Amino acid sequence: MSAQEYAFVVLALVGTVAAVRLVTAKNVMHAALYLVVTLASVAGVYLVLGAEFIAWVQVLIYVGAIVILFLFGLMLTKAPIGREALDNQQRGVALLVALGVLAGLVFLIQDAFRWDAPKVEPFQATTGVLGEALFHRYVLPFEAVSFLLLAALIGAIVLSRKEDRA
Amino acid sequence: MIRLPLALFFSAVLFSAGVYGVLARRNAVLVLMSIELMLNAVNVNLVAFSQAWKNLAGQVFALFLIAVAAAEVGIGLAIVILIYRNRETINVDEVDLLKW
Repeated sequence: MSAQEYAFVVLALVGTVAAVRLVTAKNVMHAALYLVVTLASVAGVYLVLGAEFIAWVQVLIYVGAIVILFLFGLMLTKAPIGREALDNQQRGVALLVALGVLAGLVFLIQDAFRWDAPKVEPFQATTGVLGEALFHRYVLPFEAVSFLLLAALIGAIVLSRKEDRA
Repeated sequence: MIRLPLALFFSAVLFSAGVYGVLARRNAVLVLMSIELMLNAVNVNLVAFSQAWKNLAGQVFALFLIAVAAAEVGIGLAIVILIYRNRETINVDEVDLLKW
């Protein structure tokens, strides 16, 4: 195993533990903080894979913006503390389904890719190359995404506005 | 160099944790967090494949996915706050007005 792989395994283990704690936490604030750890470890995984721009976008958008949004959502809805208040009665079934999904995915992955066949090379996908692809080949999808963001922004404002003078 | 199945296994674990969260949580904000977990698993897959086959399309798609996830969280939390304002609860199993 190379040094990169050791770094990847450490990051993946941190992300896995934090993800499991996120879905089993008894306190919503702890869940939000575990979400930060998971997203940060995924950003580290991107860095190890050599996708630096995606990694920093992940830190900016997810850790910076989306988690803050979640924290505001938690504060405005005063969520209770405790397992019974946060989980429903289908924990056993949910665990069964999740383990089934995991087993199926692991079986399919090891069936489709031999352990040593394709390797992720340190392919230099620099920000410049990515930006060129984004604004030449994918400029139409890019505009569609910006329109979607605008629509979502207006929709969120319209939804959460108090209608006291209607 | 990283073996591709390693990245795919990590993504599978993240996705399964998200599936468990969506099915077992009753707090709507926690359900949204679990959905973010699943979207992140997809992004890990896209970036890993993009690096393995030296094709930028995967990373461009991952960027679009991050933007769409941000829009989804914005709208989702607005809806959750609206439900809380009207029903005083955000437990997804109590909001069953449309259930047959």
